[in-house]
Amino acid sequence: MGKKWVMALTGLTLLGFVLVHMLGNLHLYDGPWETHEYAETLRDLGTEVIPRTWALWALRFGLIAAFALHIHSAYSLTRMSRSADRRYPGGRDYIAANYASRTMRWTGPLVGLFVVYHLADLTWGHFNPDYIRGDPYHNVVASLSNLPVAIWYIVANVALAVHIYHGAWSMFQSLGINSPRWNPLRRRFAQAFAAVILVGNLSFPILVQAGVIDDGGRSVVREHQEQLDGAVGEALGTLGSAP
Amino acid sequence: MIGSLDARLPDGPIENAWTDHKFDLRLVNPNNKRRFTVIVVGTGLAGASAAASLGELGYRVKAFTYHDSPRRAHSIAAQGGINAAKNYKNDGDSVYRLFYDTIKGGDYRSREANVYRLAETSLAIIDQCVAAGVPFAREYGGLLDNRSFGGAQVSRTFYARGQTGQQLLLGAYSALMRQVAAGTVALHTRAEMLDLVVAEDRAVGIATRDLLTGEISAHAGDAVILATGGYSNVYYLSTNAMMCNVTAAWRAHRRGALFANPCYTQIHPTCIPAGDDFQSKLTLMSESLRNDGRIWVPRALDDTRAPADIPEAARDYYLEERYAAFGNLVPRDVASRNAKTVVDAGRGVGPLRNGVYLDFSGVLERDGAEVVRAKYGNLFDMYQRITGEDPYRVPMRIYPAVHYTMGGLWVDYNLMSNVPGLFVAGEANFSDHGANRLGASALMQGLADGYFIVPYTVGDYLAGRLGKEGPGTDHPAFADTVSDVNERTARWPAARGSRTVDWFHRELGQIVWDHCGMSRNAAGLQKALSEIPALRQEFHADVCVPGSAATLNQSLEKAGRVDDFFELAELLARDALEREESCGGHFREEHQDAEGEARRDDERFTHVAAWEWAGPGAEPIRHREELTFSAVTPTTRSYK
Amino acid sequence: MSTTNNGALSVHLRVWRQDGPGDAGRFETYDVGDISSDASFLEMLDVLNERLTLEGREPITFESDCREGICGTCGLMINGRAHGPQKGTATCQLHMREFSDGDVITVEPWRAGSFEVIRDLAVDRTDLDRIIAAGGYISVNTGAAPDANLVPVPKEASESAFDAAACIGCGACVAACPNSAAQLFTAAKVQHLNLLPQGQPERWARTEAMVETMEQFFGSCTNHGECEEACPKEISIDFIAWTNRDYVRAKLKNRKLAGQV
Repeated sequence: MGKKWVMALTGLTLLGFVLVHMLGNLHLYDGPWETHEYAETLRDLGTEVIPRTWALWALRFGLIAAFALHIHSAYSLTRMSRSADRRYPGGRDYIAANYASRTMRWTGPLVGLFVVYHLADLTWGHFNPDYIRGDPYHNVVASLSNLPVAIWYIVANVALAVHIYHGAWSMFQSLGINSPRWNPLRRRFAQAFAAVILVGNLSFPILVQAGVIDDGGRSVVREHQEQLDGAVGEALGTLGSAP
Repeated sequence: MIGSLDARLPDGPIENAWTDHKFDLRLVNPNNKRRFTVIVVGTGLAGASAAASLGELGYRVKAFTYHDSPRRAHSIAAQGGINAAKNYKNDGDSVYRLFYDTIKGGDYRSREANVYRLAETSLAIIDQCVAAGVPFAREYGGLLDNRSFGGAQVSRTFYARGQTGQQLLLGAYSALMRQVAAGTVALHTRAEMLDLVVAEDRAVGIATRDLLTGEISAHAGDAVILATGGYSNVYYLSTNAMMCNVTAAWRAHRRGALFANPCYTQIHPTCIPAGDDFQSKLTLMSESLRNDGRIWVPRALDDTRAPADIPEAARDYYLEERYAAFGNLVPRDVASRNAKTVVDAGRGVGPLRNGVYLDFSGVLERDGAEVVRAKYGNLFDMYQRITGEDPYRVPMRIYPAVHYTMGGLWVDYNLMSNVPGLFVAGEANFSDHGANRLGASALMQGLADGYFIVPYTVGDYLAGRLGKEGPGTDHPAFADTVSDVNERTARWPAARGSRTVDWFHRELGQIVWDHCGMSRNAAGLQKALSEIPALRQEFHADVCVPGSAATLNQSLEKAGRVDDFFELAELLARDALEREESCGGHFREEHQDAEGEARRDDERFTHVAAWEWAGPGAEPIRHREELTFSAVTPTTRSYK
Repeated sequence: MSTTNNGALSVHLRVWRQDGPGDAGRFETYDVGDISSDASFLEMLDVLNERLTLEGREPITFESDCREGICGTCGLMINGRAHGPQKGTATCQLHMREFSDGDVITVEPWRAGSFEVIRDLAVDRTDLDRIIAAGGYISVNTGAAPDANLVPVPKEASESAFDAAACIGCGACVAACPNSAAQLFTAAKVQHLNLLPQGQPERWARTEAMVETMEQFFGSCTNHGECEEACPKEISIDFIAWTNRDYVRAKLKNRKLAGQV
């Protein structure tokens, strides 16, 4: 049952990440430059005290650990249940178990796969010929304007929401947070959380497809960079041609 | 082989008898206890508490149950509560009053010393159970609640909702499992005792059948404790669980143990009547229902109108009319007999005309459904689940059913039978309830025997066996007994007759119910005595038992149990015939006054009838243990 | 209102038959006719068994004892539901009026890795007893108890402990759980004692031992809630949450300080 706690605590961590990630991504509605600056802010976190990107890496390592532990617990608990369970040839008739609770072992791996793809796509630039490092707005638009990719994003985020719908409730049970006073709120919390994440995350592929989020193939960041480079070159050129 | 029946009752005033006696009992030193093996058969309240307590003391205990878990014994089904003379209500209760009520309730057919000890021990039982985590009902201040039960004038009944038996058994079971974990008790589940092993005139072990493999094996012990419950299922339909049977006690009886007062059976007035011919058992509902329900039947014969359509004037509230003082709260036997009278007269209600109404419309109108629900909600739900009728709208239908048997193996004050080394505890013995048991006293007796009496008295017996342990299972008596059992069991799979075991059991039950039920008479009993052996012969010739003896075979298990019920039924009828008086649960129609009330014959029958097995087909021998009363004076019960 | 609903009905049964633990088992079908709707489900099986016996076939092995819904011996999977369609009802209290004439009813034994099928519909539930032996008790020897009213127990706590203690140990929670977890059984047993003042001295050791023994035999809870629905005593999964909490506290607690309030 220690593993249940690990599930719940890492789940809680991941919930926090998913929420912040979604909220951060709302910068897409501010425009390309603001999105870029938000990304830079993340890298600048804590620079008053520690070197640049250290805080971000610490968060990343934390997330990776939470993810790994979440998967490991899920794997070993599933194995435990698989060895304990026997099928009913006559079938079961579920009463309380809902679609979300019964599909955790499908939505989980699906979301996991998606995360890997998502990183490869938007962090490492593997699937995107037009990937521009440091311009998340451009990269998002470039990826999601591709219809199959948009559909894959939508499917994965629906799975994520379904996973959260059960997970964010189940977490309270596993952690033993149970009191007659709060119990009705637990289910509503999970529903609301899943809904917020679902609406937020689905808005990106849908609005890219709808053309609301669009940079017309331009990269504001690259242009800025080029402008900057141009200005520097110009300045340098001016310097060089000095008599 | 049996001399005069000596109950080994302590001398002196009953108030000090048990204390003095405990001092006189010999002790086994802690190091020697582990040299003794004690066999406990049955894991109900008496068995589980005895096995746990003996294990705690350091004996090597072997506990046997035919269930898959010790927690399933039928003690679990007791609803009402457990009596104890705590006087927490400050309403004048005392050990003496509980003693007095119990001995009076038993119609002066029990031993004073035993009953006093029971009342005395009741105090420690509650303490023990609470410490073990039994969630008794409590008041808002956190202290224990009590209620008045079964017509008692003081509130001395401790209860745990309607599931007191369950909670007490779970307490005893948890104590038992603690000892199993500690290694002092070896638990044998799905093992049914089919015989007692007697050697050198002592009980030295048992033979059991493994219900899964069919294997018959022998187990040796320096003492054997039977806590195997009562024999109500001889009636087929009773409130006992399906598997309850008399086999362990009956086999001990056939090995020499006396069977006392088999005719003392208790009928519970508030059971749900049978709904059809396939009814497998009856369900009891707490008699607390009689506190608010009014019992009636239509005045007219074959009045088939719905109850609501029958006007007040056409209703016969027969208990209220006959017993002005107690009304619907008359004791169990009185309420039961009156129900039988009206149903036999053709005024029964329900589809099979086999019940009487228990009507709550008055209290529902007066107090409202919510108040009634708070008091009886779970009982109403249970009734509705079983009958499909809503008692908030239609009167309940009730009818008496056999519920408890006061008779059982004869034991002395130490709860040891006349076979040395064979102890009997709980409902299986005959000891404390006389001819009639008070409500909420069965649980008390089971736990008193198991927790607080047997652990002392077994020690006394074993102290005398120091240095003489054994014999082990290599003694020829074990092989002989095992081969007896094998022979008996092997007979069944060969039986390929035309009727099922259940059919014979139903037929037997009908005979016993008709002639040895709520009221009995000489002619009926004679008839039973001729019908039972005839049916038994037919049973042997024509029963069909499918399957093999080497697997889990429920038909075969039942065949053996029903076979023993036949012999017990005969003894029950014989005992009822010989006891020419009416007392407690035993009502002889020849012995009633002009108003139909029971008439005891203290002159001739102030004694225990203890029967000795004289061999198959031979008439059993009736021994007497005289009962003497020094603390109380027998009076006639009157509830008018 | 009619006082009788004796209407007879016929049903088609698909019953799991298995000769022993090693046998593969199979469904067999039986038609049972003319059953009173007032009969219980098990009485319907009794009737079928008598018929099978007289036809020279082996009756169906199924377990039951008290037939009052309290001993926990009975337990069948009926149409995919542990104890059948009626909520809060053990198999023995299920009546035929819950079914309609002509229904096809599938009957299976409890299934779980630790519940080996013994024969037909009877299974071995010994592992539940092992969980109790691991710590489902208060260690008080006979005779050592103080006066029953010495320790007051708040009524709410006592009632809640009772709600947990109502467990009849039938194993329906395991049978209904898609993970074959025994969490509801264990939690009910743990919390019955943990909620009472009498149970405090052994609270942490008990929780740890019972939970870890459970995990040796049963699956892991994923909070489906099927157990609560199947439980004939309608025991709440709140007890599971409280046991989860107690378990981690048991792991972290410095038990040398357990005597401090």
